[in-house]
Amino acid sequence: MENPILEMKSITKEFPGVKALDNVTFSVKKGEIHCLVGENGAGKSTLMKVLSGVHPYGSYTGEIFVEGELQKYNNIRDSENAGIAIIYQELALIPELTIYENIFLGNEISNGVVIDSNETILQSKEILKKVGLDINPETKIKTLGVGQQQLVEIAKALKKEVKILILDEPTAALNENDSENLLELIKELKQQGVTSILISHKLKEVLAIADTVTVLRDGKTVTTLDAKADLVNENVLIKNMVGREIDNIYPERHGIEIGEEVLHLENWRAFAPGLGREILKGLDMSIHEGEIVGIAGLMGSGRTELAKSIFGNPDHYRIEGDVYIRGVKQNFKNPHDAIKAQLAYVTEDRKGNGLVLIQDVKRNISLANLKEIAKSGVIDENEEIVIANRYRSDLNIKTPTIEQKVRNLSGGNQQKVSLGKWLFVNPGLLILDEPTRGIDVGAKYEIYQIMNELVAKGMSIIMISSELPEVLGMSDRIYVMSAGKFTGEMPVEEASQEKIMELAVDY
Amino acid sequence: MGLAEQTELEAKAKTKGLMEILKENVSEYFMFIALIVIMIYFSFTTDGAFISPRNISNLFNQVGYIAVLAVGMTLVIIIRHIDLSVGYLAGCMGAFAAIAMTRWGMSVWVVLPIVLILGVISSLVMASPIAKLGVPAFVSTMAAGLIFRGALLLATMGTGTIVIKDQVFNAIGNGFIPDIMKIPALGNRHILTLLIGAVAIVLNIFTSLRTRRAKIAYKFEVPSFGLFILQMLLMSVVIGYIAWVLSGYNGISWSLVLVILVVAVFQFITTKTPLGRHIYAVGGNPEAAELSGISVQKITFIVFGAMGFLSALSGVMYASRLQSATTTAGLGFETDAIAAAFVGGVSAAGGVGTIVGSIVGALVMMSLNSGMNLMGIDSSIQYIVRGAVLVLAVIFDRITRKNQ
Ligand SMILES: Nc1ncnc2c1ncn2[C@@H]1O[C@H](COP(=O)(O)OP(=O)(O)OP(=O)(O)O)[C@@H](O)[C@H]1O
Ligand SMILES: [Mg+2]
Repeated sequence: MENPILEMKSITKEFPGVKALDNVTFSVKKGEIHCLVGENGAGKSTLMKVLSGVHPYGSYTGEIFVEGELQKYNNIRDSENAGIAIIYQELALIPELTIYENIFLGNEISNGVVIDSNETILQSKEILKKVGLDINPETKIKTLGVGQQQLVEIAKALKKEVKILILDEPTAALNENDSENLLELIKELKQQGVTSILISHKLKEVLAIADTVTVLRDGKTVTTLDAKADLVNENVLIKNMVGREIDNIYPERHGIEIGEEVLHLENWRAFAPGLGREILKGLDMSIHEGEIVGIAGLMGSGRTELAKSIFGNPDHYRIEGDVYIRGVKQNFKNPHDAIKAQLAYVTEDRKGNGLVLIQDVKRNISLANLKEIAKSGVIDENEEIVIANRYRSDLNIKTPTIEQKVRNLSGGNQQKVSLGKWLFVNPGLLILDEPTRGIDVGAKYEIYQIMNELVAKGMSIIMISSELPEVLGMSDRIYVMSAGKFTGEMPVEEASQEKIMELAVDY
Repeated sequence: MGLAEQTELEAKAKTKGLMEILKENVSEYFMFIALIVIMIYFSFTTDGAFISPRNISNLFNQVGYIAVLAVGMTLVIIIRHIDLSVGYLAGCMGAFAAIAMTRWGMSVWVVLPIVLILGVISSLVMASPIAKLGVPAFVSTMAAGLIFRGALLLATMGTGTIVIKDQVFNAIGNGFIPDIMKIPALGNRHILTLLIGAVAIVLNIFTSLRTRRAKIAYKFEVPSFGLFILQMLLMSVVIGYIAWVLSGYNGISWSLVLVILVVAVFQFITTKTPLGRHIYAVGGNPEAAELSGISVQKITFIVFGAMGFLSALSGVMYASRLQSATTTAGLGFETDAIAAAFVGGVSAAGGVGTIVGSIVGALVMMSLNSGMNLMGIDSSIQYIVRGAVLVLAVIFDRITRKNQ
C-alpha cells in the first residue's frame, strides 16, 4: 500500500479570468479511498477533469503520474484506456435507451456489423451484479430512480478494467438509503483492489468512508489528512475548507412572529397527464407568514411534483382540489400566474430547468423579474448590473465577473445564482427544492442565514429536503411525504430522525 | 453637455483597452471584417464596378427581400425552430397582392395592410401545432410550404405571370426617396440622402455618448476615451461613405428604407426589451424559461407571427421589384435566409444570434452573388462558392465560441 498509484504534481489550470488550480499537488495511495473536499469553486471538479483528460494534456501545466509513469491524455478515451473511470457531478445516461445499451454505449459488442444484443445483455447482468443492482438490463433508464441510475453509471465505469474510480458528488442527489448502498459498494470495490477518489460536501460520509482526505481551497492544496487519525473530525475539515470555524451549522432564529396564513391546500390531487396515474393523493397543507415548513420524504415520494403543481403546474398535471393564497382561492394557469401571486420556486435541477446555462450570471438573475428593471418597456442594463452585483456579493457567488456564462461556474455557485434569481423576485412564499444540494458547509450556513432573514421579514418558506439534519435544523414545522400522501405533520420539537424515517416509508 | 464636463467625467472612468474588447468580441467582429474584405476584393477584380454607386444601390435592393426574411429567421432559429415555408409564403403573398390590385381593382393602400396581416395569420395557423402540440417545426413548416406553393400555383394558373402596373406598389422595390433640392456645387448628388447620412452620424454620436455617460456614472468599465473616439470616427466614416455613394445614384431606395426600419425595430426589441430577453431565454432553456414565468407557447406564436409578417413583406418587395407575380416567386428564399442567419452567427442549438449579425450575413451572401456575377463566373461555380462560404463561416463560429 506504500507507493502511490497516482501522483499529480504542480498542476495549474487557468480559465479566462480564473485560476481554477494553482500549483496543486495530489497523491493517492494504491487501494485507498481518497476523499476530496473544499468549498464551491475550490477546483475539485476541475482537478478531476484534468486527471480524466476532459482538459487535455497541454491545456494545463504540471505532470500526472500513474504507477510512476508520466501520462499525457488527449481525451477521456485515453484516460479510460489507462484504467481511470470518472462519474460526473451530473448524470450522463441517455434516458430513452435501456440499461445495457447505456452500459455499452461507445463500446458496443458486435460481430463487426451487427450488435450482439444477447451477449451484451449477458455481460450487463454480470456487471450489474457487481454493483448490487438486481434488475433487468432491458429496462429503460428513464424508469429508474436516481439511486439506481447512479449505480448504472458505476456499472458503466466498471465494464472495463478500472484502477482508479473517480466519483464527483455521487451522493448529492441520493437519499440516505441509496447513499449508504453506494458507500458500501465503494468499500466492496476497495476489497477488490479498486482505488477510489470521492468528492463530497457531506462531511459525515467523508469521515465514515475515507482513508485519506485532501482539502482544496481557492485552487490550492491546503492539506492531506489521515482520515482514521483521532484528531480528524468534522470541525477540523471545516476549518481547513473555509479557513474559520463554524460551531453551529444551523443558525438560530428568535422571536419571529407567525402571522396570517399564506398558503392553504385542500384535498389537493394531481394526476399525470394522459392516462393519469395519481401522483398527489389528497393533500391538506397550511403555511403562515414567518414560517419555515420542511417537507421530508424519500426520492420519488412526490415532493417536487407537489411544488410544481402549486407553482402554476408547468407539467400540466390534471389537478383537483383547491389552493388558497392569503384566503383567496387561486387558479394558476402557468408559473407566470403563480409569480404574480408572489410565489417563487427554486428548482432542484438547476441545470435542467433552473438556469439558462449559455447566458451570463446577470441575465439569469434578472430573468424572472425583468419588469423591475425595465423603464417604459426598455431594460435598463446598468441597473441590471448593479442588481446582479448586489446578489453576487450578498450570496458570495464566486465568479470572475457577472458577465461569466453560468455554464462555467462550479455546481454550488450555479445553485447560488438560481437562488439569487428568485430572491430578486422578492416573493411572499419561497419554495426551495433541495436548496443546499451540492453546496459547501460555509455556503450552506450563509443560505440558512438568508432564510432566517427572509422569514424575519415576514416571508414564508417551504423547504423540500432529503437531508434530515437540515430539515430538523431549519424547519418550524415538518410534513413527511410518502407515495403522494402526507403521512405525518409535526412541529419540529416533536420530530426526530427516526420518527421521520418511519413515516417516510409508511405507505 | 459641455466638453469640460465630459473631460471631468472621463477622468473618473474605468477603461479597458483595444485588445480586451477585441478578445471579448472576435466572433462578432469577424463577419463584419470578412464583409469588408469581400467588398474590397471584388472592387479590385471588377475594376471598381462592384463598388460603383449603381451596383451598391442595386445590391441593397437585392438584399432587401432576403434581409427581412433573415431577420425573422434569426428569431425562429433562436427559439430552436426552423421555418421552411417562408419562401412559398412570400411568393403566395406577392401573388395575392397582384391579384387583389389587378383583378379586384383594390387600392394599394388597402392591399398592403391586408397582405401583411394575412401573412401573420397564415404563419400563426402553421405555428399552432408547433406551439400547442410540440409538432416539430421542420415538419409543420415544410407541410405549410407545400400548401403555400400549391396556393401560388392555383393563383397563377391560367395567367401565369401577373403583371402589376400600380406605380406606388412598384416603387417599393424600384423607387427612391424624393429629393428636396439640387445643389449645383455638388453636381447631381441626392441632397436628402446626404442630409439623412449627416443626421444619422450625429444621432449615433449623441446616443453613444449618452450610453457612455450613464456607464461612467454607474462606475462601470468603458472603452478608453481614445478608443471611443476611434469607434465613433469609424462608424461615422462608414455611414458617411454609404450615404455619399448612394447620393451619387438616385439616393436611398424605398427597399433600403424598409430594411433599415425592420432591422431597427427588431434590433431594439431583441436587445432592449423584456420580450427580447424572453425570446433568448426560451431558446437557451425552455423549461427554465417556463418556470421563470415566461410562456413558451406565447413566445413561439409571437416569433412565428413576426416571421409571417416579414415573409409577406418580403413577398411584396420581391413582386414589386419584378413588377409582377410569377409562379416561381419565393423559390429558394428560405435557403438564402437560413444561410444568412447561420453565416451571421446564429446557433442551431438555440439561444444565440443577433439581428445585426444576420444582416451582415445576408450582405456577405449577396455580395458574393453580385461580385461573382460581375466577374462573369458561371452559376455552377457560384453555388459551390456560396456553399463553401456558408460552411466555413459556421466552422469558424464554432471554433471561436469554443475558445471562449
Ligand atoms: N469551463 C470553465 N470556464 C471557466 N471557468 C471555469 C470552467 N470550469 C470551471 N471554472 C471555474 O473554475 C473554478 C473551479 O471550479 P470547479 O468546478 O472545479 O469547482 P468545485 O470545487 O468542483 O466546486 P463545487 O463544489 O461547487 O462543485 C470555479 O471558479 C469555476 O467558475
Ligand atoms: Mg464540482
